[in-house]
Amino acid sequence: MRRAATRDRSTAGALAALGVLLLSLLLLLADPGTARAASAGCVADAATGCINGTIRTADQQPAVGVVLDVDGPGGASSATTDADGRWTVAVTAAGEYTVTLDVATLPAGETLRDPAGNPRTVTVALGSSTGALFPLGDPPAGGSGGSDDATEPEPGSTAPAADGEVGAPAGSSDSGSFSWGRLAQQASSGLVFGVLLALASVGLSLIYGTTGLSNFAHGEQVTLGAIVAYLGVQSLGLPLLVAGVLAVLVGAASGWLQDAGIWHPLRRRRVGTTQQMIVTIGLSMALQYTYQFFFGGGALRIVTTTPTMVTLGPVRISATSLWSLLIAAVVLAGVAYFLLGTRVGRATRAVSDNPALAAASGITVDRIVRLVWVLGAALAALGGVLMGLYLNATSWNMGGALLLLMFAAVTLGGLGQAFGALAGSIVIGLVVEMSNLVIPSDMRYAGALLILILVLLLRPQGILGRAERIG
Amino acid sequence: MDWSRILVNVAGEIFAPTTAAYALAAIGLNVHFGLTGLLNMGQAGFMLLGAYGFAISTIAGWPLWAAVLVAIACAAVFGLLLGIPTLKLRGDYLAIVTIAAAEIVRLVGRSTALTELTGASSGLRGNSYKDTFQDASPFPDGTVALGPFEYAMNASNSWWVRIVGWAVVALACLLIWLLIRSPWGRVLKGIREDEDAVRSLGKNVYSYKMQALVLGGVIGAVAGIIYVLPRAVQPDSMGRPMTFFVWTILLLGGAATVFGPVLGSIIFWVSLMLIKSVMRVGVPESIMRTEQIEQFGWIVVGVTLMLLVIFRPQGILGDKKELAIDVR
Repeated sequence: MRRAATRDRSTAGALAALGVLLLSLLLLLADPGTARAASAGCVADAATGCINGTIRTADQQPAVGVVLDVDGPGGASSATTDADGRWTVAVTAAGEYTVTLDVATLPAGETLRDPAGNPRTVTVALGSSTGALFPLGDPPAGGSGGSDDATEPEPGSTAPAADGEVGAPAGSSDSGSFSWGRLAQQASSGLVFGVLLALASVGLSLIYGTTGLSNFAHGEQVTLGAIVAYLGVQSLGLPLLVAGVLAVLVGAASGWLQDAGIWHPLRRRRVGTTQQMIVTIGLSMALQYTYQFFFGGGALRIVTTTPTMVTLGPVRISATSLWSLLIAAVVLAGVAYFLLGTRVGRATRAVSDNPALAAASGITVDRIVRLVWVLGAALAALGGVLMGLYLNATSWNMGGALLLLMFAAVTLGGLGQAFGALAGSIVIGLVVEMSNLVIPSDMRYAGALLILILVLLLRPQGILGRAERIG
Repeated sequence: MDWSRILVNVAGEIFAPTTAAYALAAIGLNVHFGLTGLLNMGQAGFMLLGAYGFAISTIAGWPLWAAVLVAIACAAVFGLLLGIPTLKLRGDYLAIVTIAAAEIVRLVGRSTALTELTGASSGLRGNSYKDTFQDASPFPDGTVALGPFEYAMNASNSWWVRIVGWAVVALACLLIWLLIRSPWGRVLKGIREDEDAVRSLGKNVYSYKMQALVLGGVIGAVAGIIYVLPRAVQPDSMGRPMTFFVWTILLLGGAATVFGPVLGSIIFWVSLMLIKSVMRVGVPESIMRTEQIEQFGWIVVGVTLMLLVIFRPQGILGDKKELAIDVR
């Protein structure tokens, strides 16, 4: 117990140091207001080439929110079509680029006229624009796809759409195929991604620690945050900051409601944790399709302007990401202080260690669990908002796609260890973004999941876990 | 669409190939969960691997039997690889690892790096791998009507797929019935109830769990083949939701029973079809669009799963005493 405490304190120290570092970084930065004033589009000059195109649906309406991934000598990046169906990507090195249209982001009912033309390879020269066209509509007669395969109503053909990529972070492209600059670029993206992931995984880990429940519906809490922010900004016209706060409040309320309405009654009925886990799976499924029911299958952009890029030494990063990093670091430091420095936080850790003993020493376990649900859901909602900004867009299954990365992070750090989840998330973030350097970018989540399996093979208790915790 | 047509459509789901494929996948999961108590959350991964193994080796020109063997071998190797790190750990670790492994299979399958082999996210076209299966049919080509049901004899969504699919399901049921009564099956049930007790009897629990994992996975791979025969291999339609549907089916029919998965699959697809077709007729477009009806169906599935697990975890046919949930 004493060793655990010292370890926690050192982690908190590291956290504080991280916060200070980030703060000083930020002081060097430009005014964040420019984040929204930037103009979209790409101007080809001596050092820049453009890839662009316009996507229209079968009846010639602009297809909004379609995500395209571009990969080539200048690195990987992605674009989302705007209100006119236009998309554009700026590249800084000439050569052959692969443009992949994420078919899952097409408007409902739309298909590519020629699925074989996706992905498509284009040759880009600096100082000029190159088009990459993806016509939509029915395949030509006798064509490919499901003309003969879809004779029966496909169960699940619309439902389990892709939940791989939601979008790629802004500005993860620079320089040649491998260079120290690109390494630094990917490492910085990884750090941002990891810290944002940590917001969500800390909640997952706290819930596991206090109740023993592997919450498969935690990803939907992340999506909830992003969708509330999207609604706030795009439908209610609120400023981003207000919408973000609103999202966190709604997230916290949903955590309270969930525990009061589902999990507390189930614990009182003595429904076991495995059974509860399957209930979370059902809940996750119901929530995901509820989001899709109301918001459709396409990408939802919280902020539609192109982010301002800031150059820090070898690294190009968007101002939004830096602000997200700061907010996340401050919040995580706050959580650390809560867990280590306050009575309630200490009670939380006691429940997490041994609920029966905690109850015997006068801690109201149910109240602590309720608090953990509220805290965990609020953190997940914040993570969702920031992740939605970082990935340029959110969608009904964003949280679902991130869920396994969260589990990987939580397992890596040791199930139920809040600080382990933080460390694990940063490792997973770095792995996801830096694996781009060696494997194709659409496999980068697979790399992180492989790590999860390797950790279980080699050190099942995780980085910070104790061996006794595995059974 | 009139009511008799809806009725025919709904009744058609009772013996549709998809129903057979899901029943078979649930039988495989029953070996994992119902008999042994393993929380396999990656059954779709086994199915996708089976589908890829079958389709890719057929496209490479291998005969039907060899392609099926390849699919089985893929699933067996996958089961072994999964089992080695996880079977010694607590149940929820197995759940997380299997779900992650199934995602890895899907993500690698849809990666553009393997476009030549797997067709990336657009998948493999049905016509490219169906021929050997259709040529194996002893029946003449053409369309055959049986009562109100009219399907092609051999092409794509055919009687031939239905006959083979349900024959395999029947065989699998027989196998499970024999296994449950065998000494081997009794050891598995013992592991489900109390692993330590079985270990103290000198049984190698790890090895038994591994055998169960591989056997259930192989059944899942065959289910994957049947699933893709009337359509195409689409990695994104065989992701996590598919695993969850299989779980719903198993828990609906009743885990640890012989006919539970079959009954569950039939009820699942028939009621889903019924809900969707009735809503398509009864709910005006202004209230719910067609694709929203589709999503509404899946929301109902999710809620059903929650209610089932809470209020009737033994399912329709199950015995509450033989409940595999929460043995640890």
